Amino acid sequence: MELLRQIFWEPFETMYALPDLLLQTLWEGFVSGTLYSLIALGFVLIFKASGVFNFAQGIMVVFAALALVGIHALGVPPYLALLLTLGVMALLAITVVRVVLKPLVNQPDIILFMSTIGVTFILIAGGQLIFGGEPKAMITEELGLPTGASDWEVGGGLVIFQHIDIAAAIIAVILIAGLAIFFNKTKVGRALRAVADDHQAALSVGISLEYIWVVVWFAAGVVALTAGILWAAKSDVSFALQVIALKALPVLVLGGFTSIPGAIIGGLIIGIGEKLFDLYWGAPILGGGTESWFAFIIALIFLLYRPEGLFGEKLIERI
Amino acid sequence: MFYREAGQFKTTYAADSAHFPIFQDKAFIWLYLAIGFIAVPLFADDFFLGAIMIPFLVFTLAAMGLNILTGFTGQISLGSGAFMGVGAYACYKMTLAFPEVNIILLIFLSGFFSAAVGVFFGLPSLRIKGFYLVVTTLAAQFFLEWAFIRIPWLYNYNDSGAIEVPQREAFGIIVTGANASPVTQYLVCLAIVVVMTWIASNIISGRIGRSWMMIRDMDIAAELMGVRPLYAKLSSFAVSSFYCGVAGAMMVFLWLGAAEVESFDYNHSFEILFMVILGGLGSLLGCFLGAAIIWILPVIIRAVLPPTVDFITPFTINSAQADLVSDIIIGTMIVVFLIMEPLGLARLWAIVKQKLRVWPFPY
Repeated sequence: MELLRQIFWEPFETMYALPDLLLQTLWEGFVSGTLYSLIALGFVLIFKASGVFNFAQGIMVVFAALALVGIHALGVPPYLALLLTLGVMALLAITVVRVVLKPLVNQPDIILFMSTIGVTFILIAGGQLIFGGEPKAMITEELGLPTGASDWEVGGGLVIFQHIDIAAAIIAVILIAGLAIFFNKTKVGRALRAVADDHQAALSVGISLEYIWVVVWFAAGVVALTAGILWAAKSDVSFALQVIALKALPVLVLGGFTSIPGAIIGGLIIGIGEKLFDLYWGAPILGGGTESWFAFIIALIFLLYRPEGLFGEKLIERI
Repeated sequence: MFYREAGQFKTTYAADSAHFPIFQDKAFIWLYLAIGFIAVPLFADDFFLGAIMIPFLVFTLAAMGLNILTGFTGQISLGSGAFMGVGAYACYKMTLAFPEVNIILLIFLSGFFSAAVGVFFGLPSLRIKGFYLVVTTLAAQFFLEWAFIRIPWLYNYNDSGAIEVPQREAFGIIVTGANASPVTQYLVCLAIVVVMTWIASNIISGRIGRSWMMIRDMDIAAELMGVRPLYAKLSSFAVSSFYCGVAGAMMVFLWLGAAEVESFDYNHSFEILFMVILGGLGSLLGCFLGAAIIWILPVIIRAVLPPTVDFITPFTINSAQADLVSDIIIGTMIVVFLIMEPLGLARLWAIVKQKLRVWPFPY
């Protein structure tokens, strides 16, 4: 009885009594949700175009942020460092496609997936070897990102908006809009969608698969860099981020592996859901720390009822 | 020339379906067993046993568990580290509750707990497969990691949050705890691994194992031919987690002596997956080879690389950096093996055997 009360009554009572706390949690959930969406977006881009489930997306986020900080630490001006980091991501895209994916064309998906785990391992160890394993501060101010905070009075309390969070949301929206335009309006974008639709048909009309894959991996690298900068601006550049990036997987499950809107909505659901759950249900009943698994368990339950996700394509199998 | 089976006739069905149908294989297996049970304990020092052989055996068993699931049934799992943890915590709680019971029996029994947990988290595999399963097994991994921290009952309300292995006996000999001799622990490990490998080999070549492989190769076709996916998949999850659970209990009780949640984190799940990939998907021999290479290679690199770099170049590197180098080498090996030889070291060994058989002729 007490438990039922704790589950069904007390959380809502708290929400009503402290609306500022609720709003603050919703906002924080929204911000981390946009970042989950960004990471998931990188997965979706690669999965759509090459059918590869890129496990390395999480470490690419860390690697990009590390490269940016590392290049800046050499004395390079911040915006030039940003450009150079883009160069590093392009190089990474070309290397992965040439060395790993090209020889594995037509292999079963599971083999390609495992090869990206190998790439993950190389990037983790390589990143630590080159840039060092200790957490580093992101060069937020040098890049012209805002750092302050504003308050907003609600129902007798204060809701605090970090400016970097607002900037993160805006940048994420711009990036997603940019990708949408790129996919729908440019020639390369059309070729990308053709490849995503049907590899062989795309090949037969003269689209180079290798080129498209490099473009896609580079696009995923840009998304990873953005996610890395925004996330690291909130905390630090560290390899712990890679574990958080794994949360993009349940986001994908919710949204469907092939849907960009799905990745965004899934990210927001997970981001807001895990913050709300931990504050109102997880901490009082289960002793807190539920953010580490909430997303995965939601995904697990969701998979039982709707395996193709919210917006995914229903898979029809033939023998 | 060296591996010829000419003249070895099979006259019964039993001989035909033997584990090692060829005389040379049989001889080798007895030789390896003799080395393992007699030569290693006689000549190896405690460091070699404790730092190389025991972990190698533990990880072999864990890799076998994952290989049953991934290699034989085709279901990817990234939760094997957590399933090892379930076995370890179950064994710990049981031995605290029943201190007189033979610890080796408890190590086996703890496998059943992790099998039950494994079946629970395997349930979604009935509706989904492939990458989606990665997500559900990661759910198991993170949820169980959380449980190991947040449920103090599991570690008996210790302040440190760690489980510490008490001294326990089996057949009147001290097997676990600080006073146990590494030789005893090694022999117990080896005996468990040999028995479990023998059981696995029998399961795999039997009806259940063949139904797993049918599910792996094409699940819909298998279903049409009368294999029930529910039983096949869940039994695979159960056996796989059973093996992982026993390996986890062995890891804590016979090797580490104490453990906390970091011993079962998702890095271990990856390590075990790498052992399976490098060793060979769908091969029991591969589990041994994979565990050997993933466990022993970093040990060698840690010992050899820093002095070599010191000697040849003006740079110095410490052992942490040497570990990173071995990580890079392992990652590269994964990619190279997937490209060159997706079936891993076990397949390479089969090729070598074939070459030996026809030597000195090319074919």
